[in-house]
Amino acid sequence: MLSFVCRRLFFAVILLFVVSAFTYVIFAALPSDPAALTCGKNCRPEVIAQNRVRLGYDKSIPEQYGNFLKGIVSGRTYGAGEGVHCPAPSLGYSFRKHQCVTDLITRTLPVTASVALGAFVLWMLIGIGLGTMAALKRGRWPDRLATGFSVIGISLPTFFIGLLGIMVFVIWTGLLPFPRYEGITADPAKWFMSLILPWFTLAVVSASSYIRLTRNGILEVMNEEFVRLGLAKGLKRRTLIVKYVMRAALLPIVTIAGLDFAALLGGAVITESVFSLPGMGKLSIMAVNDSDLSILVATTLVAATFIVIANALVDILYGFLDPRVRTY
Amino acid sequence: MNKKVKLLDEGASKTDSPVTGLSPGRLALDRFRRDKVAVWSLYVVCFFVFIAIFAPVLTTLFNISPYTLDRRALNDYGNPLGRFGGVSWNHPLGVEPGTGRDILGRLMYGARVSLLIGFIGTIVTTSVGLTLGMLAGLRKGFVDSLITRLADVTLAFPSLLLIIALNRPLTQRLESIGVPEGNFARMTYIILVLTVFGWVYMARLIRAQVLSLREREFIEAAQSFGASNGHLIFKQLLPNLWAQVIVFATLSLPGYVAVEASLSFLGIGLMAPAASWGIMLGDSVRYYRVDPTYLLIPGVTLMILVMAFNLMGDGLRDAVDPKSDKQQL
Repeated sequence: MLSFVCRRLFFAVILLFVVSAFTYVIFAALPSDPAALTCGKNCRPEVIAQNRVRLGYDKSIPEQYGNFLKGIVSGRTYGAGEGVHCPAPSLGYSFRKHQCVTDLITRTLPVTASVALGAFVLWMLIGIGLGTMAALKRGRWPDRLATGFSVIGISLPTFFIGLLGIMVFVIWTGLLPFPRYEGITADPAKWFMSLILPWFTLAVVSASSYIRLTRNGILEVMNEEFVRLGLAKGLKRRTLIVKYVMRAALLPIVTIAGLDFAALLGGAVITESVFSLPGMGKLSIMAVNDSDLSILVATTLVAATFIVIANALVDILYGFLDPRVRTY
Repeated sequence: MNKKVKLLDEGASKTDSPVTGLSPGRLALDRFRRDKVAVWSLYVVCFFVFIAIFAPVLTTLFNISPYTLDRRALNDYGNPLGRFGGVSWNHPLGVEPGTGRDILGRLMYGARVSLLIGFIGTIVTTSVGLTLGMLAGLRKGFVDSLITRLADVTLAFPSLLLIIALNRPLTQRLESIGVPEGNFARMTYIILVLTVFGWVYMARLIRAQVLSLREREFIEAAQSFGASNGHLIFKQLLPNLWAQVIVFATLSLPGYVAVEASLSFLGIGLMAPAASWGIMLGDSVRYYRVDPTYLLIPGVTLMILVMAFNLMGDGLRDAVDPKSDKQQL
């Protein structure tokens, strides 16, 4: 078991290196000149040259990547002499915003995390709840209702659900205020109110596929031998379903959920831009509009890191629970 | 035992017509036909395909144009005159706020974009995924681990973020290497990134299938007769994979349609005056307080198309792979 965990973690670290190198090379190989983008349209060539040296874009790509990694470990000073110092872990310096990228990310990450966490709780409740109901009442109206909900939910694009939500609950009925994000420490009530719509938007989209997963998972487990055994030895239906069927059926679903949650932490790009939430997704979109490569490299990397870590954790957890999957 | 066999024989001889075995494809087709939801979804899909193909003819026929600006349909603030976003005889589904372009016409032309990206995206990702998946499954060893690791790396990337970030530079790149400028290059870019991030799922499915199929007796038999790789792939493996490939492709197509709309909504992808449902939806964000119909019409149209594809795919899957219907509880 220990060797499985070690191998899995080792692989995760390798994967992170590969992903970071890929990301760096992709962005470095872009035809645009990052130094030229640091100052406006009528910028003197000397300033561009100066900025190129300051940001380290004058070096070769492998060297730049090396410096980038060094910056993550030990912090980095941009510019000579009294340059700007970004303490470790430094993910770069944004010339557009005149800020360390790490600061920008630590500021936007809580917003994204708030969105992701609430949505996650909601979609698991809806998905597993309706999915179980559908499986147990198979072929009858609760099943039709749940599968109908999931088909519609899967077919609606995220942004359309979000806009519909604003239209119905904010403009037509006025039940909710227009979502304007407020930090949880500043005003928890406003924080909650501002996130209700984003949570539901994301939850409807994700819950739809979880309803299907749960329903199919439970129906599949119900055909297993041990369920027949349980029936034969006279277990109550309720006990059988809750203690045996659900446990076996939900395990793979929980692992998929871990991955989806991690992917969301990298920025719910569409939801954040529909509701103008200042999260990581919004940060990335703004960086695209500003052509701010330093931010884009960082957000891509942070998002990838979440995915890789979640993948490793899920595999290890699964390895504990089910020894058959220890393939690494 | 003997008696039973005899009885069966007698029973068979009584019905004059010999029992003909139906091919699996025929059985699947019959099952699909009996699935009402799936059949109706197929009709809906055909309807949209028809509209997309004949959009220029239909718009001329109804005397609507997706590009003509109609200032007379707007009031002084640029909002549509009349109820429901300016519904009138001239504009059956109303007009676009700000420009006065006809919404029905734009919907028809938008169907072309959606279906084109959906179909081409599906065909390209499916072919790439199928090829790489078969390669990994057949070649095992180094090639297999290379492809599997490549898939792992691809899945580790936040795809939407990268698609957005690389949009402008890569589209320019495409234009500089000779892809026709403008919306053609943008569409090429979308299909390109859909492929780069989308091949993984198909490849994994096919790899797993090939790994299990290659252990079966009929492959062994073919190999023992000295069958070539080409024969193994095209005559032995592919016929066993088609059903799953088609089902998987049908179910991934609506995803691509939705992605195109989402990207256009974010301002990536096609640009106006080209007509795309995503562009309309993205544009409608500025007007939905005064003109909610402009948001609802393309949104609901998109939903209907995506839903039809999803339901059709579900029906196809059930038809190809009918799960055992027994249930104990």
